[in-house]
Amino acid sequence: MKALRNYLDKIKPDFEHGGKYEKLWSFFDGFETFLFVPNSTSGRKGVQIHDSVDSKRVMSIVVLALIPALLVGMYNVGYQHFLAIGESADFFSTFFYGFLAVLPKIIVSYAVGLGIEFAIAQVKHHEIQEGFLVSGMLIPMIVPVDTPLWMIAVATAFAVIFAKEIFGGTGMNIFNVALITRAFLFFAYPSKMSGDSVFIRTESMFGFGGGQPVEGFSGATPLSYAAAGKDLVGITGEPISWWDSFLGLIPGSIGETSTLAILIGALILLATGVASWRIMLSVFAGGAIMAQIVYMAGGSTLDMGYQITLGGFAFAAVFMATDPVTGCRTNIGKYIYGFLIGVIAIIIRVFNLGYPEGAMLAVLLMNIFAPLIDFYVVDANIKRRLKRANA
Amino acid sequence: MLSEKNKEIFLGPISKNNPVIVQVLGICSALAVTAQMMPALVMSLSLTAVLAFANVIISLMRNIIPNRIRIIVQLVVVAALVIIVDQVLKAFAFEVSKQLSVFVGLIITNCILMGRLEAFALGNKPWPSFLDGIGNGIGYSVILLIIAFFREFFGSGTVFGIQVIPDAFYEWGYANNGLFILPPMALIVAGCIIWIHRIKNPDMQE
Repeated sequence: MKALRNYLDKIKPDFEHGGKYEKLWSFFDGFETFLFVPNSTSGRKGVQIHDSVDSKRVMSIVVLALIPALLVGMYNVGYQHFLAIGESADFFSTFFYGFLAVLPKIIVSYAVGLGIEFAIAQVKHHEIQEGFLVSGMLIPMIVPVDTPLWMIAVATAFAVIFAKEIFGGTGMNIFNVALITRAFLFFAYPSKMSGDSVFIRTESMFGFGGGQPVEGFSGATPLSYAAAGKDLVGITGEPISWWDSFLGLIPGSIGETSTLAILIGALILLATGVASWRIMLSVFAGGAIMAQIVYMAGGSTLDMGYQITLGGFAFAAVFMATDPVTGCRTNIGKYIYGFLIGVIAIIIRVFNLGYPEGAMLAVLLMNIFAPLIDFYVVDANIKRRLKRANA
Repeated sequence: MLSEKNKEIFLGPISKNNPVIVQVLGICSALAVTAQMMPALVMSLSLTAVLAFANVIISLMRNIIPNRIRIIVQLVVVAALVIIVDQVLKAFAFEVSKQLSVFVGLIITNCILMGRLEAFALGNKPWPSFLDGIGNGIGYSVILLIIAFFREFFGSGTVFGIQVIPDAFYEWGYANNGLFILPPMALIVAGCIIWIHRIKNPDMQE
């Protein structure tokens, strides 16, 4: 650590005003503040809030919280692969196959997203914003394993430019950047984002694994079975119990199958106070209530236990809805915002057969309404206090 | 014929005073008919023709139209012209007219038309009005064709229905982008055109 600090101090003058790499200052600054907590102090005059937990530290915690879901997702990719080709593999090679399948997606997502962010920061002479640290990790986790890398690159570039930089960069975006990436993929390349053939990879990764699918193989996700009104079965026809959907060894997008791993991430986020427990709780509450109503009315064969653990619902509740930039800011607003996300996600899932999963669209829809909800919550508060003052 | 003033009337709407990207008129049809180049081109020609002749006719009548009923008179003139255009299309370009469906009829309600008639034809002589109509028509057409080019190129891999992305690309795993077929992408492409236009013309930035 000491050596790194010394090295940074040594090359720093080159990047400062008048140095030979002056133009790359924002690049250097971005790396330096990522590696070390900046020691600049706030001014002596006026009221200042200063905390060592700046946004880079917050982002790192979210990335940390994503790790359990990512690891289980990698294992699941390998597990489904070897199940599909009818081979048994030990724990290590199962995980290693998933690791090889997922790693290129992470690299592409970060390279494209950060590349654009760095380029725009250079052009506009801004500091490099750290918002993409989380988005870049979220993007590979919410796509099917067979999504081609170039599509992820195109979608990431689209989302970073049109959902984020156009609105003024990190902290200014209206929509969740990772979900815009997924929505772009979903509408632009529907055949690669849904259906039976994209959630399980049967080809080899860099010569590792690979084989012919076994007889009776079907790569459909449990939710698409549910949308068609059939029983839930895995890829080789074995039934899926609630515990399977909770532990996550089922077909689905990479990081969202395991509710258990997502809950571990949720605990990290809540313990560190990074995510809002109000939003998380109310998304689950809204989803559970709506799912139970639909189940009792006979609209769906899945009860609330399944609806919450299957598909991307838990992932959206924990990592997407709680995005502090695009969500509500007021406490009452957070309850309304979260509750409606849960309700709308289940409504889309059950009643629109074209979209077996509704969590993505529900979060994006409520992103639009978040400022409106906040406005009325604040407005109601002002009216109540005015009434009290005038009474 | 083309005095300095008339030149400005003719060329202004093509860039600095463009009806679509500066005045933001006629957006609805720019979203609706731009999924492919061919309908966009026919739509552009139809609108340019209607706009030019409506401008001339209203300009000829400008001194005898009672002020109170001028909107009705304008509508009658435009509706008559649109019906002529619609019939001509049905007679000579039936396939395209089916693709355009109601949007030819909806030229009547195109904001560019009423805007030019109200703002220009009612107060100017026929020749400048004609130039104004043609200029605005071209301004509209240019934007429509640019949007349609990108939407057809990325959405279908074709230009004017001719495949331009080679089959080898598809074999390597390239896929057409379905989002470009959907109307929202027209809005985003239009936004990008406005973006570039404002960069080129810093005096238009707010």
